[in-house]
Amino acid sequence: MAEEKEKLTIVVFSGDLDRALAAFILATTGASMGMEVSMFFTFWGLNIIKKNEGGIKSKGLMRKMLNFMNRGGSKRLKLSKFNMFGLGTWMMKKLMKEVNYPSIDDFISMAHQMGVKLIACTTTCGIMGLNDDAFRSEVESLAGAAYFLGQAREARVALFI
Amino acid sequence: MKADQTLDCVGLYCPMPIVKTAAKFKELKLGEVLEVVADDKGIKQDMPAWCETTGNECLGIEEEGEEIKVYVKKTRE
Repeated sequence: MAEEKEKLTIVVFSGDLDRALAAFILATTGASMGMEVSMFFTFWGLNIIKKNEGGIKSKGLMRKMLNFMNRGGSKRLKLSKFNMFGLGTWMMKKLMKEVNYPSIDDFISMAHQMGVKLIACTTTCGIMGLNDDAFRSEVESLAGAAYFLGQAREARVALFI
Repeated sequence: MKADQTLDCVGLYCPMPIVKTAAKFKELKLGEVLEVVADDKGIKQDMPAWCETTGNECLGIEEEGEEIKVYVKKTRE
């Protein structure tokens, strides 16, 4: 019988490019180390897994405004420091490209292929008016806090980024 | 040191050498040795840690200038 895999679970609360990178580096490394990895995206972290193309459909003026201002998508993420109206983020992406470092998009598909579960938080989706089709195809499911805690209590490592 | 296969990770930063090693290991047979060539110094700590977690064996690390060669034996399916 196969022994049970160790679990790593990560809450991705932040939608910053640098924090997203840190989260995906740990997720893909965990998967490489034979761990069962789940990433639970909530609040601004949802921006990382939103589709890059098209608009975000939502009901009501305030939600429409929120999703317009907070469009999200892996290609729109900004650095948490030195964004400098986009210049800093542009430079960081250029530097990453220069050393052939994977982009967030690359990390998302890599994580998905390695079996990392990407989960969107239902509550924040509900508040912000996001449904399944706001997210990219790699996102496995929507789930709540109990699901996360269920995973986390079994996990050897649980992180909040 | 002799190896059955080589994995070129020169120019790749953490976590890519580990990610690639893990993927390559799926193709390897039990008892085979993989030579991982990298220039990210992190691998000197990362590979032994990866081996310990996954139950494989880190046979040794050789350094030639900028290049770091790590030998890993598959000791677990």
